Amino acid sequence: MGQKILFDKIHIPGIKTYDVYRENGGYASVEKALKMNPDDITEEVKTSGLRGRGGAGFPVGLKWSFIDKKSGNPRHLVCNADESEPGTFKDRYLMEYIPHLLIEGMITSSFALGANLSYIYIRGEYMWIFKTLERAIKEAYAAGWLGKNIKGSGYDLDLHVHCGGGAYICGEETALIESLEGKRGNPRIKPPFPAVKGLWQNPTVVNNVESIASVPWIVLNSGEDYAKIGLGRSTGTKLFSVSGHVKKPGVYEIEMGITVDEFMNSDEYCGGMIDDRPLKGLIPGGSSVPILPQHLIFKTANGEDRLMTYESLADGGFATGSSLGSGGFIVYNDTACIVRNTWNFSRFYHHESCGQCSPCREGTGWMEKILWRIENGQGTEEDIDVLWSVQAKIEGNTICPLGDAAAWPVAAAIRHFRDEFEYHIRFPEKIKNRDHFVNEPFEKVKHLLNSVTI
Amino acid sequence: MKVTIDGIEIEVEPGTTVLQAARMIGGDVVPPAMCYYSKLKDTGGNCRACLVEVSKGSEADPRPMPKMMPSCKTGVMDGMEVKVKTSERALDARKAVTEFLLINHPLDCPVCDQAGECDLQNLSFKHGLEKTRFKEEKRTFEPENIGDKIQLHMNRCILCYRCVHTAEQVCGSRNHGVLNRGDHAQISTYVSAAIDHEMSGNMIDVCPVGALTDKTFRFKSRVWFNKPFNAHRNCDKCCGKTTLWMFGNEIQRVTARKDEYHEVEEFICNECRFDHKEVSDWVIEGPRKFEKFSVINQNNYTRKMDTVKIATEKQILEGREQDRKKISMKEVPYKNTENS
Ligand SMILES: Cc1cc2nc3c(=O)[nH]c(=O)nc-3n(C[C@H](O)[C@H](O)[C@H](O)COP(=O)(O)O)c2cc1C
Ligand code: SF4
Ligand code: SF4
Ligand code: SF4
Ligand code: FES
Repeated sequence: MGQKILFDKIHIPGIKTYDVYRENGGYASVEKALKMNPDDITEEVKTSGLRGRGGAGFPVGLKWSFIDKKSGNPRHLVCNADESEPGTFKDRYLMEYIPHLLIEGMITSSFALGANLSYIYIRGEYMWIFKTLERAIKEAYAAGWLGKNIKGSGYDLDLHVHCGGGAYICGEETALIESLEGKRGNPRIKPPFPAVKGLWQNPTVVNNVESIASVPWIVLNSGEDYAKIGLGRSTGTKLFSVSGHVKKPGVYEIEMGITVDEFMNSDEYCGGMIDDRPLKGLIPGGSSVPILPQHLIFKTANGEDRLMTYESLADGGFATGSSLGSGGFIVYNDTACIVRNTWNFSRFYHHESCGQCSPCREGTGWMEKILWRIENGQGTEEDIDVLWSVQAKIEGNTICPLGDAAAWPVAAAIRHFRDEFEYHIRFPEKIKNRDHFVNEPFEKVKHLLNSVTI
Repeated sequence: MKVTIDGIEIEVEPGTTVLQAARMIGGDVVPPAMCYYSKLKDTGGNCRACLVEVSKGSEADPRPMPKMMPSCKTGVMDGMEVKVKTSERALDARKAVTEFLLINHPLDCPVCDQAGECDLQNLSFKHGLEKTRFKEEKRTFEPENIGDKIQLHMNRCILCYRCVHTAEQVCGSRNHGVLNRGDHAQISTYVSAAIDHEMSGNMIDVCPVGALTDKTFRFKSRVWFNKPFNAHRNCDKCCGKTTLWMFGNEIQRVTARKDEYHEVEEFICNECRFDHKEVSDWVIEGPRKFEKFSVINQNNYTRKMDTVKIATEKQILEGREQDRKKISMKEVPYKNTENS
């Protein structure tokens, strides 16, 4: 059994309530932190090597140290609980079952940053968790962990939960800030970065739920202890939300550094493939990251074991690797249709683009339409090339990374599964029955592609 | 601060953007700007037409920037080196943006009032493809009225947000915004609430395409058939300095004066724009010269012109005579094919 940091108490009955949480050592990190120098807490987090769990993997301590303390403007901590990436549902689990851990983390982190007004921005679809959090915050206020002069330390903190309107783009940190200010959730152009000009033009740090929930353990133990868990620059534990064709989908906390093979096939975690069908592909970090084909999942391109770390999952760049992203682990067996899956992702990004910049606004729609045609047997040979060119033209030319996130899955699907796209285009009548890969496994019909001469 | 753009060095103040520095140099190192508007705050960054390659970040940090940067939003650093027309990548990005802007665009220039003074036409003329690769159905919207004098053709909008900033900054209200997301995002006065601010007409001038057009001028004339004159009147609401677009003795349209980047020099009020269409309302200063590159400039009468000689040959005229007979109903006997 790997060490648990976030989920160690999650199975205690009643842990959702303040009393049980407190009895089990909750809020100890706040007690300890209030006696510390705020900058020392930031130092601890830096030593821990904790990397942002929201997707980009930027070191949390480093981000905190960028916050502008000199200007004297009020500072804010905003927790990003907008979790809307297809395949990612780890924050939901954490907030639903152990809400006080996040609140404890918010208080400790706000203290480290010197923030007196902090927010949790939660997606609109998590309404029941919004209520859970509100209740937990009320309890924390009643117990004196929030409000004026917390536990006699002279430190004030107000914490609010804000409910989003259900837009994926509001997970992007600057769009989230706009939305929190009551405006349309359009990402801002950076620089200036939120650490200098964020919420109401004040210095702001935006962190993911899981990042913030890891802070109490680091403060209670030490950054050094945290850094001992995990492997290399991927320190600590990480939550993965597993979905797709495995025996035991769910949310798992793992020590970083175990192999992908162990994670997928051991009984402690995913328990192997459902119905023992063959594995076809894997998306290790949510819909935005490239899909890996079967031969690149357990081994990297140069034959090493693929590990559950930031570095190993990204090994080989996008040509033969992927990215840890937000930990949305999606497993596909041979019955999955890659074209349909790619279309579905494209549809999502088309729907969620904010429409501010031309390449993403127009390009996402274009890709979706082409993929829809291919999937429905109306594709042509040139479509694959056009698709490739469109995704290449979006990538890197947009304001925020949503454009890239829309381009990468399409690029990876074409890179690794081009023959499946060709099959869709050449045999539209076979595509129509929708179960073509069940009764006719792709391996068995693949030769048809070669026999057709152009 | 020293910045080098396509090999040309220029000294600029801190806080200048790359685009502004390029405009100081002038000529063809200036990247096209579809959304940035120097007269309005917070514009730019949306269209991505002005992307450039920064091949050297600054003297302090000489690393090149990995991504193409929007020149309108990128501040210069001392020692920065920028490539505009000498960068293959930047030109590719510009072509890509042009293609993206056109895929859902109706391209109905023949019936579009903006034709001839349209930035998108100019952009696609320079960077566009001859053929489209877009086979899908274009997205469409219903035309809408923004107040009683302005027509919005959302189909032609490129979502540059200029009019939104105008509504906010010049008309001092936020009742004109963007609805929906992605390629269904749409400019609208919320639930068609009319904008009746006295400066609202400036949205027509800032719009780079034919999305916002002047209803008092709609379909009256192609812009290049009008003769522009600088004129002014005493106005207590604005500067009163305008360009009159005349057809013979008739004032067909009044606009603000625009510079070589198609930006208005000074905003004008709706009264000057819509309500004074008599020559006697104005003091006419003289013909307006255009620095800007556009169809209107071709054969502009303020320029010295060569005499055009039409060399008609006899045969051609004979042919015309025959054609005339063919199409003329009177001279060709009417044959009823249905009843014979
Ligand atoms: C389109 C888009 C959506 C995002 N959605 C989320 C999200 O739902 N949750 C999240 O924590 N971060 C999301 N991010 C990442 C945030 O911008 C930001 O990097 C993150 O909240 C920083 O927290 P961290 O440093 O703790 O990872 C998103 C980014 C983009 C570009
Ligand atoms: S990349 Fe897409 S989501 Fe991001 S700002 Fe541009 S249009 Fe909006
Ligand atoms: S807006 Fe410009 S490109 Fe579009 S139809 Fe009008 S003139 Fe043509
Ligand atoms: S209507 Fe015109 S000015 Fe307004 S966003 Fe569209 S293109 Fe820009
Ligand atoms: S002018 Fe710079 S992005 Fe539009």
